[in-house]
Amino acid sequence: MSNIGSYEKRRENFSWDIAKEVLNWKEGEILNIGAMCSDRICAQGKGAKKALIWQGFGGKQKTYTFNDLKVLSNGYAKFLEDLGVNPGEKVCLFMDKIPALYISFLGVLKMGAVAQPLFSAFGDESLEVRLLSADTKVIFTTRKHVKKVRKIQDRLPALEKIVVVEGDPSKLKEGEIFFDVEAAPKVEEFSVYASGPDTPSVLHYTSGTTGQPKGAQHAHGSVWGQALTTSWVLDLRDDDIYWCTADPGWVTGTSYGIIGPWSLGVTQCVLDSGFTSAAWYQFIQNNKVSVWYSAPTAIRSLMRDGEELVKQYDLSSLRHLASVGEPLNAEAVIWSEKVYGLPFLDTFWQTETGSMMITNFPGMTIKPGSMGKPFPGIVAGILDLKTNEPVTEPGTVGLIAFRPGWPSMFREYVKQPDIYRSKFYGAADDAMPAELRVDESLWYISGDRASFDKDGYYWFVGRDDDVINTGGHLVGPFEIESALVEHEAIAEAAAIGKPDEVNMEVVKVFITLNPGFEPSDDLELNIMNFIRKRLSPLAMPQEIEYSEKLPKTRSGKILRRYLKAIEWGQEAGDLSTLEDD
Amino acid sequence: MADEMKDMILEYVVEEYVDEDDDIEMDFDTPLISSGIVDSFSMVSLKVFLEKKCHVSLPDKEATPEAFDTVNKICELVRRFQA
Repeated sequence: MSNIGSYEKRRENFSWDIAKEVLNWKEGEILNIGAMCSDRICAQGKGAKKALIWQGFGGKQKTYTFNDLKVLSNGYAKFLEDLGVNPGEKVCLFMDKIPALYISFLGVLKMGAVAQPLFSAFGDESLEVRLLSADTKVIFTTRKHVKKVRKIQDRLPALEKIVVVEGDPSKLKEGEIFFDVEAAPKVEEFSVYASGPDTPSVLHYTSGTTGQPKGAQHAHGSVWGQALTTSWVLDLRDDDIYWCTADPGWVTGTSYGIIGPWSLGVTQCVLDSGFTSAAWYQFIQNNKVSVWYSAPTAIRSLMRDGEELVKQYDLSSLRHLASVGEPLNAEAVIWSEKVYGLPFLDTFWQTETGSMMITNFPGMTIKPGSMGKPFPGIVAGILDLKTNEPVTEPGTVGLIAFRPGWPSMFREYVKQPDIYRSKFYGAADDAMPAELRVDESLWYISGDRASFDKDGYYWFVGRDDDVINTGGHLVGPFEIESALVEHEAIAEAAAIGKPDEVNMEVVKVFITLNPGFEPSDDLELNIMNFIRKRLSPLAMPQEIEYSEKLPKTRSGKILRRYLKAIEWGQEAGDLSTLEDD
Repeated sequence: MADEMKDMILEYVVEEYVDEDDDIEMDFDTPLISSGIVDSFSMVSLKVFLEKKCHVSLPDKEATPEAFDTVNKICELVRRFQA
């Protein structure tokens, strides 16, 4: 029997307070995610239970108990307090998937600051944009990544401290601080910040079609949604060994790679080494992973390496598989059932929603390729593309939307209330985030398109904007285009998503060259690496098309929509605003 | 000829993926993908480099993390498709 039991009955009798029952939560306890994932589990008598089984490059391994999480996160919390960091200030975590990332995340939250994890493969420009926007005060990083911080620190007036958490302290530059929590005196007790449901907790940046990435601010109350979805969708139980393959630089890696499992006191594994199918299977076998939460891109890569490889490993410990980040194609679901004896269950949610919204549930009839059904307590709808009114006819494609009010919903876009307001259909012009996020008469517009069928299953169609979903990560075309035109050879640029068998989409760019430059193999490679280093490998164009001229509106705006339609073999739509030749 | 190719690939990897002050001793058998020196997304630029410089077309199906994990393995792959 799964944790959720009957989906239909759960929908009928739903209240978010069930999360408190699942967590055995008592009124009067401090609602602080950092403490809920460590101190609280120890107080339940599970201090000696394994919390984190970590494996890094070269097979290096470390194991931490919940008591270790408590003491070491106390160490980070005290260190930050001693540094003069105040509750509400932003502390960036910029490192690979090493234990310090997971444990410092808890420490930051315990002392009331906001944790801002950033993907460690970001280049210096991507890092700068996000630190500048957030007014980040402290950054925790490693010797490997501190070099990127050094390049931009002079342009970050709010950044007061650069803290290197591992490596050789003698290699630090003047003004940088070395802090290895495992070598520091143990902090057995720490007075946890008394946060509440609306106290800011985690800040994740997400890309849009226009402008630079936006900071989606979450709050400690998100734990109700994250814990309950972890219990009902991922079906985690006390004796599970759980593996979430996501990086905490992205929302899946914090909501379900830290908060969900640890708030429930479940052991989880982390593999911090490059992807190979064999290494992943070996990791599952060695650690007897029972619940595995991964991404379609990884699943399709595993498919490519075939069934014979699967047979070389003992994967019998697996009992439940789920997927997130991009639509999971039917073939992948069918294949996983064939080779692992279990289907991957697709889950749909976003950085902004903070927790799962539409998913396939354990025990439910799976329609391969479908997103599943709304989580109990979530009111979902498909809004007409022209009128924004809810559609009633199955099969009609429209915008996926949700009635506000679920606990994990983001609280604001940092410094951008107008953009936050624009996400709510029906919002008054002067409505503020605190009103919008609880107004159940509105619709929160996700930015994705789908339809539902006669049985109430949702079917993903695509993005409603130009944001590129590559390998489950959203990349903003504006960010890429802005970086491209900084290259000496490039005059104009347009970035779009191009279909890709494994990654769903990859970045393709169209460029015009400045006088004196000619297309060449060397230039193409130079441009690719330029973007890879400045932004990230995800943003690197995998195809570059040279053009004499880019299509534009009469007002001079480049028509990405037109280029994308051509690339995808679709109708280009209304081109009446296209610039005359 | 084979050694020239190895040298060229190693030089490219060091120049593009390894920082000057990284304490990494690179040779033809140093793991690239499984060690994290080259991430799986960045493999694409490495593949483009190989195709352009070695005048070869590498099918996506063959350009796996395993096949790209060391300079020696990359050379084997390239030679297979040059033949």
